[in-house]
Amino acid sequence: MPYDPRLVQPMREEMVRMGATELTTVAEVDVALGDPKGTTLIFVNSVCGCAAGNARPALAHALKQAVKPDQVFTVFAGQDLEATARARQFFADYQPSSPSMALLRDGEVVHFVHRHQIEGRAPQDVAADLVAAFDRHCAKTQAA
Amino acid sequence: MTGHVFHPGHDELHGVTVVVDTLGGKTHVGRFHERNDQGVLLHDVGSYDPTSGGTTREEFLRRTLKFGVRVDHQHLVVPGTEVAGIIPLGGLTL
Repeated sequence: MPYDPRLVQPMREEMVRMGATELTTVAEVDVALGDPKGTTLIFVNSVCGCAAGNARPALAHALKQAVKPDQVFTVFAGQDLEATARARQFFADYQPSSPSMALLRDGEVVHFVHRHQIEGRAPQDVAADLVAAFDRHCAKTQAA
Repeated sequence: MTGHVFHPGHDELHGVTVVVDTLGGKTHVGRFHERNDQGVLLHDVGSYDPTSGGTTREEFLRRTLKFGVRVDHQHLVVPGTEVAGIIPLGGLTL
């Protein structure tokens, strides 16, 4: 049962403020993820005040770095059910949890952050892991 | 804030994905809800039973760490008398 939209609106806005594009329908997911080029991060948002409350600021911090994904999208678990289910098909090897994050490069999952990797950790620690993943997978190859 | 109570007003493990080992050799991984007189209540639980064959506890946990919890039970109560140990999955190193 989805929560009152008014309750989750600030959580949506937090994502948009950091530069993520919200995907709320299956069609939007298909357009966003259907042509996989470059690096894409998909954040599965959650109402969990503790895990998601740490994950969102962690991602916001990591996205301030120079090296970051080409695109950042977000779906909201428990709210936008069909869009979330569709998005999860793009990283179907990974069991659903929320919050969670999938980093894709040319459509392939190269890094995944599960809920259990966020629980009980400070945002800056989660952010440090994300920055390391971005450095590893999102750095542009220098042209010769 | 590492070490803080994850959900204030609840058990310090409330909401945390934990590994529960039992005296009988089974291992359950799920989101801790509470401990009460009945035992430990978990949500969204993946279970390993050494008698079912095919894999080891370490392989089960290694796969869970990489791919997440494959849910076998939406809810599970592990009787308190059977609990051998509880640790957060996120703190597990293999």
